[in-house]
Amino acid sequence: MTDISVTRRLSIPALLLAGLVFTGPAAAQDKPRYGGELLFAVPSEMPSYDGHREGTFGMVHPLAPHYNTLLKTDPNDRTGTKIVGDLAESWTIAPDGRVYTLKLRRGVKFHDGAEMTSRDVKASYDKIVFPPPNVGSMRKGQYTNVEAIEAPDASTIVFRLKWPQASFLASLASPYNWIYKADVLARDVRWYEKNVMGTGPFTFVEHVKGSHWVGKKNSNYWDKGKPYLDGYRAIFMKDSAAQVAAVRAERAHIQFRGFAPAERDSLVAALGRKITVQESPWDCAAWVAINQDKKPFDDKRVRRALTLALDRRQASVALSKIAVVKEVAGVQVPGTPYATPPDELEKLAGYGRDIKKSRAEARRLLREVGVPDRFAFTFTNRGLPMPYEPIGIWLIDQWRQIGLNATMVTIEASQHVNELRAGNFTVSSDAQCGYAVEPDLDLAKFQSKEISHNNYGRYTDKVLDDLYQKQNRATDPEERKRYVREFERRLLDEEVHTFITLQWHRIVPHSAKVRGWTITPSHYLNQQLDAVWLAE
Amino acid sequence: MWKYVLKRVLLMIPTLLGVAVLIFFLMRVVPGDIVELRFAGESAFAQKENLDKERARLGLDQPMWLQFVTWMWGIARFDFGTSMWTGAPIIEEIKLRAALSFQLAVMATLIAVVLAIPLGVVAALKQDTWVDYVVRVFSIAGLATPSFWLGIVFILMLLIVFKWLPPMVYTPFWVNPWQNMLQLIWPALAVGYRYSAVATRMTRSAMLEVLREDYIRTARAKGLWQKLILSRHALKNAMLPVLTVVALEFAFLMGGLVVTEQVFNLNGLGMLFVESVARRDYTLTQALVMLVALVFILVNFTVDLMYAWLDPRIRFR
Repeated sequence: MTDISVTRRLSIPALLLAGLVFTGPAAAQDKPRYGGELLFAVPSEMPSYDGHREGTFGMVHPLAPHYNTLLKTDPNDRTGTKIVGDLAESWTIAPDGRVYTLKLRRGVKFHDGAEMTSRDVKASYDKIVFPPPNVGSMRKGQYTNVEAIEAPDASTIVFRLKWPQASFLASLASPYNWIYKADVLARDVRWYEKNVMGTGPFTFVEHVKGSHWVGKKNSNYWDKGKPYLDGYRAIFMKDSAAQVAAVRAERAHIQFRGFAPAERDSLVAALGRKITVQESPWDCAAWVAINQDKKPFDDKRVRRALTLALDRRQASVALSKIAVVKEVAGVQVPGTPYATPPDELEKLAGYGRDIKKSRAEARRLLREVGVPDRFAFTFTNRGLPMPYEPIGIWLIDQWRQIGLNATMVTIEASQHVNELRAGNFTVSSDAQCGYAVEPDLDLAKFQSKEISHNNYGRYTDKVLDDLYQKQNRATDPEERKRYVREFERRLLDEEVHTFITLQWHRIVPHSAKVRGWTITPSHYLNQQLDAVWLAE
Repeated sequence: MWKYVLKRVLLMIPTLLGVAVLIFFLMRVVPGDIVELRFAGESAFAQKENLDKERARLGLDQPMWLQFVTWMWGIARFDFGTSMWTGAPIIEEIKLRAALSFQLAVMATLIAVVLAIPLGVVAALKQDTWVDYVVRVFSIAGLATPSFWLGIVFILMLLIVFKWLPPMVYTPFWVNPWQNMLQLIWPALAVGYRYSAVATRMTRSAMLEVLREDYIRTARAKGLWQKLILSRHALKNAMLPVLTVVALEFAFLMGGLVVTEQVFNLNGLGMLFVESVARRDYTLTQALVMLVALVFILVNFTVDLMYAWLDPRIRFR
């Protein structure tokens, strides 16, 4: 993962104007200062307060500081893949890979003063994995492998699995799996939908719906010396122009999800040294879904032609100036352990360096199938400007260059997924964002339609399903990498069930006063704020 | 008069019932499903069992007629239920935003009236002079300028010139009047200007018409003071159409300031409305439509009553 390279992204006049010297987050981690209230904008708002039940980052950003999870990703790891303890201080894995035993920290207290024990962890995970009949658990499907959860003593929790699972530690580090109090859950399993009470570095103060969320320092936090902030205030702001204005006027120090390149440039030009920019490949990708129930897209040669037409490298340069996309990537975030090495990436259809050759091949395939020149079809796009609009326009242009005539139809954002799921499209934009950088999460949707709720291509591919299972159970990282590569080859090259255009690129310009926060590829991770502080 | 008032109040019931039927069925015709949106989203791990459970919890598995009857029975008891998205009581969701929307509507109306009436009167009195032209330019520019665009201009001006932005979080007037004004004066000015343009044009044309009436000429002929003619005879009569415009605009402001609220990050009813539709939050959308319909009906009713005060020739039947 590369560090920030400002000069490549900013126009020369902007640089001259601002006379910038960027300080990356690592360089700025001097002695933390206590005090202050962190103000941040949140572009979305949570429906309820129960992390086990919801699936929006709009819940994670304001609420994560109230809670701890068993494990978490290392807050200083820019890949977002290094797992460290949060409430668990150590763990062991049985030789057969089916039993995970975690030792919990002692002296951890809930905000009401009660001690946290393994009983609380068990109750929380029972709610996630084996929810009672009247309770929804959004990620229950991710834990079908869990056979039993046991709490043999107050500081030990044991997970017994049906089969070894490579991603299990990462599953325990899910940013949604907050540890709740067992007694509260026993009294009312839905209590956490409307209330907040965890063990985290900040206690709850108030939530004014549609307006803001306030947390204040937990002075009894188990990690002595933390948090540094006196408190934080999350301000709900849907409009990105309002978010930019808020950061510019210092009404907000940061918006953790990310801004568009033009917004970054305007902030840098206006604030100069007062702003720090952190960037990372994003664990979101701009995919293209192809409905294989519709002719001629049931023929993999036609699908292959669609991906061969794309000049991804040129697009990376051009589109990254105007949209939140940049990296040319495979099925995993570049720079992370299971990412595709560049030499292997080039072997996949549409990733070669000779675009003329690729497009000639695309035309040949279309002729072979009998697709007429100027063949017309509809490209369904999601009704959000960033990055869907520029990507859509670019795709239409690319396909025109192999003799295809696509017309873009934009669907309201909230309805788009429903249309995809119902199969009411021919070719469409699609997006995949992960709350953790993990092949299990990133690849799950591409399994056969009988397994995956959002297999929009409507295909069945038992080979792909088998490869998914193999990578899921391979506990040796090298072996797992091989299966991930095989999965990728089949998905993007041999069958071309779907394909990626470009990886999203996360850009977080924030007040230079904000220290102790490191960007990761996922905007769900690293939001506990315990290590964040405000410089003078 | 009381008979008229009672008749109008009773007529509100079928109107509201019609609105209720329309919005209930329209929402269900619109494609989309709140359960899919909220609990499946783009997750590959969404389970049908989980989605069915949520659908049943929200009552969406019941026949449509039963859902309608349940909703209407709730309304009859002034119980609008809970938001399907947040699970919070709808009254609570609306109450939060209604205070801001109401205050903004009142402030914008005051600004509009304070600007429009004197300008409209002066323009009519000085018809076809430079004063009239200036007022015409002012009002036509206002008509041509969307209030959200003016809002963006205000924001940019404050940011670039003063390096300052209005507060992002609403503080009620009774808690801190200064903070409250700092936040709301800008959107009120942006909205009030466009609103005043409409009212100025209406005041000017109404005044021009009234000033040509026989009774004004008679008043002048018998030597009445110009000020008295204007205030007692002309303005009061010219106010009838102006009042209608001002009142309808006020009703519109209660739920129609979506983009302006977005620009200024205001937590008002307009944004809530758009979000509830986008999320297919049937119960909340239905309640909001009913609220806006009620506001329009009440405003119209009030205007009709005020007509009698402004023009004693009007008699209620």
